[in-house]
Amino acid sequence: MRTIAAGTAAAALLALSACGSSADGTEDGEVGGTVTVFAAASLTETFTEIGEDFEEADPGVEVEFSFAGSSSLAAQINQGAPADVFASANPANMDKVVEAGNAEDPETFARNQLVIAVPEGNPDGVTGLADLADPALKVALCAEEVPCGAAAQTALDAAGVALTPVTYETDVKATLAKLTLGEVDAALVYRTDVAAAIASDGGVEGVEFPESAEAVNDYVLAVVNDAPNRATAEAFAAYLRSDAALAVLTAAGFQAP
Amino acid sequence: MVLLVPALLGLAFLTLPLAGLVIRAPWGTMPQRLAEPEVLDALRLSVVTATAATGLCLLLGIPLAWLLARVDFRGKGLVRALVTVPLVLPPVVGGVALLLVFGRNGLVGAPLHEAFGVSLPFTTAGVVAAMAFVAMPFLVVSVEGALRGADVRYEEAAATLGAGRWSVFIHVTIPLVAPGIAAGAVLCWARALGEFGATITFAGNFPGRTQTMPLAVYLALETDLEAAIVLSLILLAVSVTVLACLRDRWTATP
Amino acid sequence: MKPADPILDARLVAERGDFRLDLPLRVDAGETVALLGPNGAGKTTALRSLAGLHGLSEGHATLAGRDLDRPAERRERVWVAPERRGIGVVFQDYLLFPHLTALDNVAFGPRRRGVGRARARQVAADWLARVGLADFAFRKPRELSGGQAQRVALARALAVEPTLLLLDEPLAALDARTRLDTRAELHRHLERHDGAAVLVTHDPVDALVLADRLIVVEDGAVVQEGDAETVTARPRTDYVARLVGLNLYRGRAEGHSVRLDDGTVLTADDAIDGDAFAAFAPSAVALHADRPEGSPRNVWEATVAGVHRHGDNLRVQLDGPLRAAADVTPGAAAQLGLVSGMRVWAAVKAAEIRAYPA
Repeated sequence: MRTIAAGTAAAALLALSACGSSADGTEDGEVGGTVTVFAAASLTETFTEIGEDFEEADPGVEVEFSFAGSSSLAAQINQGAPADVFASANPANMDKVVEAGNAEDPETFARNQLVIAVPEGNPDGVTGLADLADPALKVALCAEEVPCGAAAQTALDAAGVALTPVTYETDVKATLAKLTLGEVDAALVYRTDVAAAIASDGGVEGVEFPESAEAVNDYVLAVVNDAPNRATAEAFAAYLRSDAALAVLTAAGFQAP
Repeated sequence: MVLLVPALLGLAFLTLPLAGLVIRAPWGTMPQRLAEPEVLDALRLSVVTATAATGLCLLLGIPLAWLLARVDFRGKGLVRALVTVPLVLPPVVGGVALLLVFGRNGLVGAPLHEAFGVSLPFTTAGVVAAMAFVAMPFLVVSVEGALRGADVRYEEAAATLGAGRWSVFIHVTIPLVAPGIAAGAVLCWARALGEFGATITFAGNFPGRTQTMPLAVYLALETDLEAAIVLSLILLAVSVTVLACLRDRWTATP
Repeated sequence: MKPADPILDARLVAERGDFRLDLPLRVDAGETVALLGPNGAGKTTALRSLAGLHGLSEGHATLAGRDLDRPAERRERVWVAPERRGIGVVFQDYLLFPHLTALDNVAFGPRRRGVGRARARQVAADWLARVGLADFAFRKPRELSGGQAQRVALARALAVEPTLLLLDEPLAALDARTRLDTRAELHRHLERHDGAAVLVTHDPVDALVLADRLIVVEDGAVVQEGDAETVTARPRTDYVARLVGLNLYRGRAEGHSVRLDDGTVLTADDAIDGDAFAAFAPSAVALHADRPEGSPRNVWEATVAGVHRHGDNLRVQLDGPLRAAADVTPGAAAQLGLVSGMRVWAAVKAAEIRAYPA
């Protein structure tokens, strides 16, 4: 069963779907069955919602997500994991998959910026990156090896601020958790993470700073070359660029590409 | 003979991943990689903190094992179950739990911070605490077993010779269960050395201060698989060497 | 303290389920008392309560005028912990600390009592020399033979110069040959020991050789007490009679006759009146195919219930009006053609039967 809306998108892509062995009992090139999406952990909330919308639009489709760090997902895909779609939190990890010949032509579907997360009410009166250099302030950053850490370093460099945090966390959620647990006074995290924390009453707020524009993080997406369900994968990729999906992403703090 | 096949399968299952690491290791660039100061820092920190954590476990764990093995009290079964909680608790959860108690706003941490200005998270002491938390059950279980197996009549003999309870404990009980203590300490040290989840959660990650080898490996995986393999092999080499030496020496019969 | 007072004065009462031990015990300085009894009689419980490893439920234990344990009687219980009792114990399987050398095992007591390391080792070396083990000072217990371990255990107990020395089955773990030597050696040390000694054993030979006085304990109570000669000559229970190898009967005496409970009358040279024991040795029984003529005053017909070797002789178990054991030479047995179930005549001279008040 296909609805008109999903059908239109699918029809446009039908021509593109060249090969692809179907593992889900659907005919080649027909939208339906299960589509497996490997997505960055930071997309957990938004993609779950978008996935539900997508399924609702086409009852014959089921979306399965595997959320993890982009680098882990890239490694899994390059080791032959049966993914249809890969949504990476940064181009670098997507590049690994492209270089390995497992995907082509990734496209940016959302952007994320850093904000300074502080406890609700901003007790230390943080207004910008320079305030974080105060040695009395405990700051958590992401490690430079992960995307949010690289972005943070770029922003700090742009601001000309030298900062010694108390910890370089392994991912952005852990960085924010240090703040929500009250162990640090500020953390450099994505705007989306702060939005999610506010939505779940995490007792934090975000302080925007101009240098974040220097370190915009692109979220990129590609259909995997060996996608078991290529037609539906293409349909999902197309749906991500619809207004409905964009509305979900922006509500979560992402920016349009 | 029936047991040989599953035994060999088990051995293969445990050692093949190790072989995978050895095969994939970038042997050509190994010397340069080993000389990197970050690597040595992380290794030194790992060994120092795992050893300190083992010391802490011995200090607190042996009396706890003694309590469980030798003193009858109500709710002992529950206490014994609680002692083993860190074994089943995901280490990350353990780290969060430690933060809730010893963190800056924690039950114990907050008054401690107010009174003395000390705070465990993000410090090397915090790493030791996180390691001790996850590793102590290994020691307690091992030593308790040894204490249960030890003949209490030796302690009675010591008492008749004029040894008070403390003296009996130090001069007779401890030496009698030394093999059990050694086995427990070795397990404890190994567990502490490999500790990741509780450490990253409770103590964070700062090179030279709280970045132990497993944390360094994890971060290296993000960018450089070969570096991660090198770090893993170093960790393995050090732990296997230490464990092999200690096991033979300590667990020999007195 | 008057010299006449015993150095150990105790009434040891301990309960353990249905079992109750109630044992009065007084031992003089320099004296060795053996608690002799079957397994489960309460001997070890008595020893453990003296050592302070087991509290008394009633009674008291007083050593050299000092109360060690006195429950209930006063408002506050008097209790001295084992490490402060000044009592040395030699345990049944020695319990030498496996992680210490023989020397350090012996030095353990002095060390715990505050003697410096060097001095304690000197004391220990002296004691090891006294028990003939100077060359074994640096052996670990597992490198010692049973007899050597026993001597180290003795040296260890004596090295704290105990007022009271307790020995729990000190020779039970040794083989027969070692036992003989070690028993003689132990006897020498017990004689030299100024304090009191209490020895627990189920072996009558150990008790007879080592102790000045025997206390026979059965089911937690004293059944007989006295020196070796009295106990062996005049047993008062079947257990003691078996231990010393006598036939023992109980009855009522009138002059030279003792009428047993089953109606049989034994005639003895001793003349007493009232409740009495009559005892004779198996070797005093003569067996005949026909009723013997002549002097024996005690003659009865019996059935052979069993025959087995006993030393150089054969021991014959007799059923009949009087159950008894008789020792005969193999030659005599062959001549009689002894087999189970045959009828024989048994005879005992009146001079061989001892009768004494019950």
